[in-house]
Amino acid sequence: MKSSLQRPPLTAIIGLVIVATFLLLAIFGSYIAPYSEFETVGETWAPSSAEFLLGTDNLGRDILSRIIIGAQMTIGIAVTCTMLSFVIGTVVGLAASVASNVVDQIFSRSVDILLSIPVLIFALIVLSAFGSSMPVLILTIALIDAPRVFRVARALAMNVRNLEFVETAWLRGESRWWLMTREILPNILPPMISEFGLRFCFNFLIVAGLSFLGLGIQPPSADWGGMVRENGQAITFGISAPIWPALAIGLVTIGINLVVDWVLSMNARPSGASAEL
Amino acid sequence: MNEHVLKIRNLRIESVAGTTLVDGVDLTVARGEVLGLIGESGAGKSTIGLASMGYARAGCRIVGGTIELEGKELRSLGAEGRRDLRGTRIAYVAQSASASFNPAHTIMRQVCEIPVYHGLMTRAQAKAHAIELFRSLGLPEPEKFGEKYPHEVSGGQLQRAMAAMAIAGKPDILVFDEPTTALDVTTQIEVLALIKKIIWEFGTAALYITHDLAVVAQVADRIMVLRGGRTVEMGTCEQILSAPVEDYTRLLVAERDVHHSLVSDALVDAEKTVLEVDRVNAAYGSISILQDVSLTIAKGETLAVVGESGSGKSSLARVIVGLHSATSGSVRFEKKTLDPNCRNRSRTDQQGIQLVHQHPDVSLNPRQTIGNIIGRPARFYGGLSGRALKQKITELLKMVGLPENFAVRKPGTLSGGQKQRVSIARALAANPALIICDEPTSALDPLVAQEILELLVRLQRELGLSYLFITHDLGIVQRLAHRTLVLLKGEVVSIGATREVFSPPMHPYTQKLIESVPAMKTNWLDGVLAARADRTAREEPTAA
Repeated sequence: MKSSLQRPPLTAIIGLVIVATFLLLAIFGSYIAPYSEFETVGETWAPSSAEFLLGTDNLGRDILSRIIIGAQMTIGIAVTCTMLSFVIGTVVGLAASVASNVVDQIFSRSVDILLSIPVLIFALIVLSAFGSSMPVLILTIALIDAPRVFRVARALAMNVRNLEFVETAWLRGESRWWLMTREILPNILPPMISEFGLRFCFNFLIVAGLSFLGLGIQPPSADWGGMVRENGQAITFGISAPIWPALAIGLVTIGINLVVDWVLSMNARPSGASAEL
Repeated sequence: MNEHVLKIRNLRIESVAGTTLVDGVDLTVARGEVLGLIGESGAGKSTIGLASMGYARAGCRIVGGTIELEGKELRSLGAEGRRDLRGTRIAYVAQSASASFNPAHTIMRQVCEIPVYHGLMTRAQAKAHAIELFRSLGLPEPEKFGEKYPHEVSGGQLQRAMAAMAIAGKPDILVFDEPTTALDVTTQIEVLALIKKIIWEFGTAALYITHDLAVVAQVADRIMVLRGGRTVEMGTCEQILSAPVEDYTRLLVAERDVHHSLVSDALVDAEKTVLEVDRVNAAYGSISILQDVSLTIAKGETLAVVGESGSGKSSLARVIVGLHSATSGSVRFEKKTLDPNCRNRSRTDQQGIQLVHQHPDVSLNPRQTIGNIIGRPARFYGGLSGRALKQKITELLKMVGLPENFAVRKPGTLSGGQKQRVSIARALAANPALIICDEPTSALDPLVAQEILELLVRLQRELGLSYLFITHDLGIVQRLAHRTLVLLKGEVVSIGATREVFSPPMHPYTQKLIESVPAMKTNWLDGVLAARADRTAREEPTAA
C-alpha cells in the first residue's frame, strides 16, 4: 500500500493532470479566457485560426473562451449537486444503519421507489414543472442522486455497524448520533470518497445532458452541454464546433475515472503482487 | 521407505514490501511420514505450507531456496507444470472448511472436481470413488452425502468432506493447515482420528500445521518449531515434548502443563451476590437457545461458562448485557432487576457490567486512538475531562501493562495481545463490578493468552472484580475459575465449584468434554479412542 502511495501509476498521473487542469480552469477561467463568454467576436462558425484557436460558435463567440468559462458553470454545478447528495445520502444511510429495523425498512423501501423512476424523465418533469433556475436544477439532481448514495452508505455502514466496537458503544449507552458520526462514519469514509468521484462523473453527465436538452443551465451562460446543443447543427456541415465541448465532457469524465480507479486500488487489499512466484 | 517426498532447502520468502517472512528453512518429509509445523501466528507456518506447493500468497514472494517434490524442482516448473502437480501429487486442507467450499455447488461436485479436471477419472468413476471415500471417512449415508450443499452438514462433517476432496486425487503428500482449530474439542477428536487414518491407510506423507502442540503430538512423527520465519528446533515428537533443547520450545511445552489454579477462594465475598440469573429462557424466533438457566456470581468470583459452539454460551452473555431479550426469567444485578433491553437500563447498571469481546481486531475502532478508546467510558460515565481524563488514561494503561505513549497510537499498530489489553482497559474505565469475558484469549497465541489470563487474575485481586468467563478451553477454566457452569444445548448440565464439576462423579457430557482436551503426550489420542470404543461396545451403539 505504501509503495502505491509513493508512485501513482501512469494512468493515475494522467487522470490527476486532467482533473487538475480543469479545476484550475474552473477557478481562474475568467482571467485566462482570451475573450468574453457573451461577446460576438467573429463570424458564425469560423474555423480554427491564430485568432480563435478552436474557432467560433453559432453566434460568432470564441469557443475556447466559452469552454474555459463554461468549466466553472458545468463543473461547479456538478460538484455542488454531488456534495449535496452526499450529505443527504450519507446522513440518511447512516441513520438507517443504526435505526430500528422498521425505520430502516421504511427508508430503504422509499429509496427503492425513488430509484425505480427513470432519471431523465424525473428530471424533465420536475424542471418543466418548476422552471429551470439554478437552485431547482441543483436540488433536482441532488435528489436524484441521493438515493444512490444512500444505498452505498447504508450497505457500508451496515458492515461496520455489526462490528464489536460499535456494539460496545451501543452497550455503553452512546446516542445514535455518536454511533453514526464517531464510530461508523470514519470507517466508511475511504470507500465513500472514491464513490464521490464516480457519483460526480454521473452528475456531471446529467448536468451536461440536461443542458443539451435545453433544461439545464440557460443561455447565454456558457456550459458544455448547452454548447454541444447550440452547435449541434454544425456537425452536418463538417464543422468542428460541437466537438470541442463534447471532448471537454469526455476528458473530465475519463480523468476522474482514472483517479477513482487509483484510489479504489489503494483501498483494496492485499496490494500489489501477483499470487504466483 | 526412506525416500523423501518433499525436500525444501534454504527457503526464503519475502513480502512485497521487503520484510522477510521465512528465512532459510530446510525440511524433508519422507513417504508415510507426518511432519508437524508449530509456532505462533506470524511464525511462517502457513507460508511454508503453501510454499511446499510452489505457491505464495498475494503480497508474498518466494525469493530463494529450492522446493523439490519427488525430485521435481517446483520453482523451475512453469505455472502450468505446478498446476498439474497440485491436487494430484500434493493437496491442501485449509483451516476453515466452510470458507473453502463453494456454497452454490453440491459437495459431490466439488470433491469430484480435481480427478475429473486432471483427467484421472471420468465423472462416473470419480463419483463412485467419492462415495467410497465418504464411507471410509465415516460420513453419514455416503451414497446421499454428496448430494448435499455445504450449509446442510455440520462443521466436522464438512472438514471431513474437505479431507475427502484433498485425497480424491490420490496425492503423495497432504498439507493440513490448522484443520481442527475452528472445531469444538469433541469434534476435533473425530477429525484428528480421521487424519491419522487417512495417513495410515493411504500411506501419504503430510505436513501438519498448527499452533497447538498437544494436537500435533497426536499425529506427527517429527515436529519443527518455528518462530519469526526461522527454525527454532526440530526433533521427533517424543524428544520435543520430553526433552526440548531450546528455551522457546520449553515455554511452549510448559504452557499447557500449568494445571495449578491461579486463583484462590480467599478473596471471594460469598455474602455479596453481584449477578443473579434466574430461570432465564431465550430463543431466536422459534428456536430455543437457553432453557431455565440460573446462576449467581459473588463479588470477586470467576464463574466459567463452558460448552461447545451452539451451546448458548454467547447468547447467555447477550441476555445478561441486554443485547438479546429473554422470553422469561430475570437478571438481577446488585439486587436490582435489570431491564431486558440495555438501552432502557440506568447509567449505573450499564456501567456496572462490561463486556470484553473475543476478537481484539474488531472490538476496537481502528480510526480512534487508544487514548480516545479507553478514555471515552471514563468521560461518558465519570464525566472526566482535560487533565483528569489524561491522568485516568495513563493510569488505565499502566494497569493493563501498556506503556503510556500508547495513548496516541491507533489499534492497527498493536499486536493481538496488546489490543486485548486495550479492550480490558476500556472495560475497566467504566469502573465495573462485573466483566463478562467472551472467549477473550481464543484468538491469541498460547503464550500471549497466558499473559492475558494472568492480567485478568491480577486485576481481580487488585480491584475485587467478578468475571463471567465464557470459554471452550477447559485448561483455562481449571486455572482461572472458582466455579464452573457446563452448558449443553442451552441447558445447564452441571454447576458448582470448578474442582467438583471436574472430578468424578461427573455428568457424562462433562466427562466427554474433559476427555476431548488433547493432552501433551504422544499416545493420548489412541488411548481416548480405545476407551471410547470400549464404552460404546459395552453400552448400546449410538449414531455418530
